Amino acid sequence: MKHLVAEFDAIRARFPSGFDSSLVVPFLRRIQEDRGYVADSDIDALVDYLRVPRIQIEEVLSYYTQFRRKPIGRWHVQACRNVSCSLLGADRIVDHLTQKLRIRPGETTGDGRFTLSTVECLASCGTAPVVMINETCHECVTPQKLDALLETLT
Amino acid sequence: MSNSKLLMTFPVSATSHTLVEYRERGGYATLEKVLRQMTPTQVSAEITASGIQGRGGAAFPMGRKWGVVHLNDGQPHYLCANADEGEPGTFKDRWILENAPHLLVESMVIAAYALQVRNAFVYIRGEFDLPYRRLAAAVDEAYQAGYLGARILGTDVSCDLVIYRGAGSYVCGEASALLTSIEGRKPYPRNRPPRLTVRGLYQRPTVVNNVETLANIVGIVANGAQAFRAVGTAKNPGTRLISISGHISRPGVYEIEVGYPWSKFIHEDCGGVSGGRQLKAVIPGGISTKVLTAAEIEPLHLDNQEVEAAGSSLGSGGMIVIAEGTCMVRLLQVMLRFYHHESCGQCTPCREGMGWLHRIIDRVVAGDGRPEDIERLYQISAWNDGTTICGMGDAAGYATSGVLNKFRDEFEYFIDNKRSRLHGNLECLASS
Repeated sequence: MKHLVAEFDAIRARFPSGFDSSLVVPFLRRIQEDRGYVADSDIDALVDYLRVPRIQIEEVLSYYTQFRRKPIGRWHVQACRNVSCSLLGADRIVDHLTQKLRIRPGETTGDGRFTLSTVECLASCGTAPVVMINETCHECVTPQKLDALLETLT
Repeated sequence: MSNSKLLMTFPVSATSHTLVEYRERGGYATLEKVLRQMTPTQVSAEITASGIQGRGGAAFPMGRKWGVVHLNDGQPHYLCANADEGEPGTFKDRWILENAPHLLVESMVIAAYALQVRNAFVYIRGEFDLPYRRLAAAVDEAYQAGYLGARILGTDVSCDLVIYRGAGSYVCGEASALLTSIEGRKPYPRNRPPRLTVRGLYQRPTVVNNVETLANIVGIVANGAQAFRAVGTAKNPGTRLISISGHISRPGVYEIEVGYPWSKFIHEDCGGVSGGRQLKAVIPGGISTKVLTAAEIEPLHLDNQEVEAAGSSLGSGGMIVIAEGTCMVRLLQVMLRFYHHESCGQCTPCREGMGWLHRIIDRVVAGDGRPEDIERLYQISAWNDGTTICGMGDAAGYATSGVLNKFRDEFEYFIDNKRSRLHGNLECLASS
């Protein structure tokens, strides 16, 4: 985390004074963007930097679904399966991904290339079914579109 | 009826979200007028006179919410835009964030002036990528142009805006949970009283408004409350952004005048049910609002009063269209899996109840349903009604009892025959 301190100081300057506790979520997001997950050493460093209770950081990490404590594949394939996506074939999409990648939701391929997850509503119901890969939302996906897309992700 | 537009008033292009084009459409002229010619109280009075109701789901009048904040109480006040759009079926705020981010920024600076707020926040859900990038770019542009920061437009008014990204939690869309999340903690909702406008972010008076509600401020202040009231109905003026999805030919975000005929909206504006099927049911405003059958919506208008009289609500405007042939048992399973996943665990009825509901519906779908399961689902829903700190327990119960009330026969068939009466499909396959 040490190499991010200059960036953290800049983020901190944008918040009102007395808002150090608020910085836990943005800093954890930045750490995870950098490392891919949040390591124990990151928690130690954040406790030192922000002077917030360790339990607060642990709670945030365990509560919010986007935070990870372990590395995952280079490409995080997240298929929405909430109502609108289900009405337009989310089950079929998840089945296809499971067969194509030979992993179940929650698992990572042996080569560390893909992690598959199912998620709840990405607020893009008008273009369902949607699959988010890393930071990018892919709309109106079909098995064919996904196959072509996955080829390009190395 | 005519269908006036207040928000979707310009053609969307690859650059229509930028500051240059926003200014060409008259952007930030209202802010200039407010800062130079109006007092904070005059702005608030205009908002109150407009009668605008919150667009996030609860339909609380914005003026009444603002009225609780005392301008001269010697405390810092905070303003927060709720952009944690997470109610399944709802994607209208995404449209504003992607296509009109400056409309939100300008509206928020006007609101900050009216409420004497030095620090404003936009709480945006962590999964939003393009909406976040568009908004962040707009905020940067606004700072550079002097619409945000110290001494805005050379006046002695200052306001800073921070975009706060969530990290994946449905409950954060509830205003008090949202503020707890901005405090960097696990987002447990808070009991009221005290209201958030009395003790909100870090115990200071805080106004939390939905993105769409806030985005209306520029128009209300620019054209006056009377012009706003000329649109919509007397009790619920203005327009609504309706995001429509599911088995519909032309899904997307539509701006409709409150009171627009519902059936016309679905069958004409949105092109009717996809695949030429018959309409079975509609979830009016996010999955937490009770489902209505095709026959029920036929005579109704898109006005919260009418929809509430029919036993549901327009909620957050997230309309989901369900075609004939869709298995409602499977549909409820998807909903209950979601509520189980998202319960924060603070209140016992919701923490235990959501898992219980989910296990029962899973069992029914697996073909192991028991005759008493339907009554049990009702009972757990009732135990959640009014017994949880936030509205999620109630919402899950409404969703459950809504589906059971209207489609009980499908559940009975599924339990008796260990299979769906309708092939168990959720997807509307065009060929069949």
